[in-house]
Amino acid sequence: MHEYGIVEALLQRVDEVARGRGATRVRRVRLRLGELAGVEPTLLAAAYAAFRERTCCAEAALDVEPVAARWSCPGCARPIARGEVLRCPACGAPARLVAGDEIVLYRVELEVP
Amino acid sequence: MCETCGCGDPAVVPVDVHEALLAGNDRQAAHNREHFEAHGVLAVNLMGSPGAGKTAILEATARAAAGWRLAAITGDLATEHDAQRLRAAGVPSVGITTGSACHLDAELVHHALHRLPREAVDVLFVENVGNLVCPAIYDLGQAVNVVALAVTEGEDKPLKYPVMFRRADLVLLTKIDLLPYLRDVDPVRIEDSLARVMPQPRLLPVSALTGAGVDGWLAWLGLQDRFPQRGLMR
Repeated sequence: MHEYGIVEALLQRVDEVARGRGATRVRRVRLRLGELAGVEPTLLAAAYAAFRERTCCAEAALDVEPVAARWSCPGCARPIARGEVLRCPACGAPARLVAGDEIVLYRVELEVP
Repeated sequence: MCETCGCGDPAVVPVDVHEALLAGNDRQAAHNREHFEAHGVLAVNLMGSPGAGKTAILEATARAAAGWRLAAITGDLATEHDAQRLRAAGVPSVGITTGSACHLDAELVHHALHRLPREAVDVLFVENVGNLVCPAIYDLGQAVNVVALAVTEGEDKPLKYPVMFRRADLVLLTKIDLLPYLRDVDPVRIEDSLARVMPQPRLLPVSALTGAGVDGWLAWLGLQDRFPQRGLMR
């Protein structure tokens, strides 16, 4: 259950951004969460709901955009489906993860007077 | 301020941040990594389920690695038993008790480094909290990730925990001395599971009990020694 730690980092970073802009309220926080990031979206939402009280995000909605894992061959860019052996069937190169391991705060929506 | 109708509502401003949420941990990990590289220390993040045999493998490593200067940091929710076992095996060790935290992070490791004896070290093992989920996402500054997977854990374990195995540089298949008693377990199927989550699968069968495979493990560690100098930890 490291989702609480993730939320702690999230609240701290959003607070910095909000202060930097002189915001009076945070309306919405948007995250991108990769399938292979090792963070469970429902646990993250539960941790957020529990931890945001009396923080800058007390009234802010949390949007989590899931990012599917995508593997491909670094040489010929051929996609390799999840569940397959992670080796290019054409050239034999080990597959590379193109997307799906990110835990990214990508946008906050602030009320600025 | 709303400038459309003059209603006095505050304006909603979208701010693009595009920042990794664990950037703080990553910065501390980078600091640890610089420290290890400057002192020629190979830092190994050893992960695996509770009971996978992580400590036993390190004890076997200490027995076999004559002339290597080893040190260890161990993480558990409670007790320093693992650190005590490793000290008894001749490895200077510091235990971190995490309370309820399910993983070590870069800052905990940094603090533990300051508690290690000031001695020259070739290889520092960070034996992470027994857990196949959380430790995978926290960089500690290690050079390599090693996952211990016991033959009793199930052939499809890598498929169930892809986040952990994707990040492994090496998987130690532990307790192979038990294989004769496990008629249903086929290491070939474990290798196949691994190949579906780990792009360059490396599986090394070992037994801490008999010492089988420990030479290969030491040889692999020796190959990882990419740092130009060996010397004092700090």
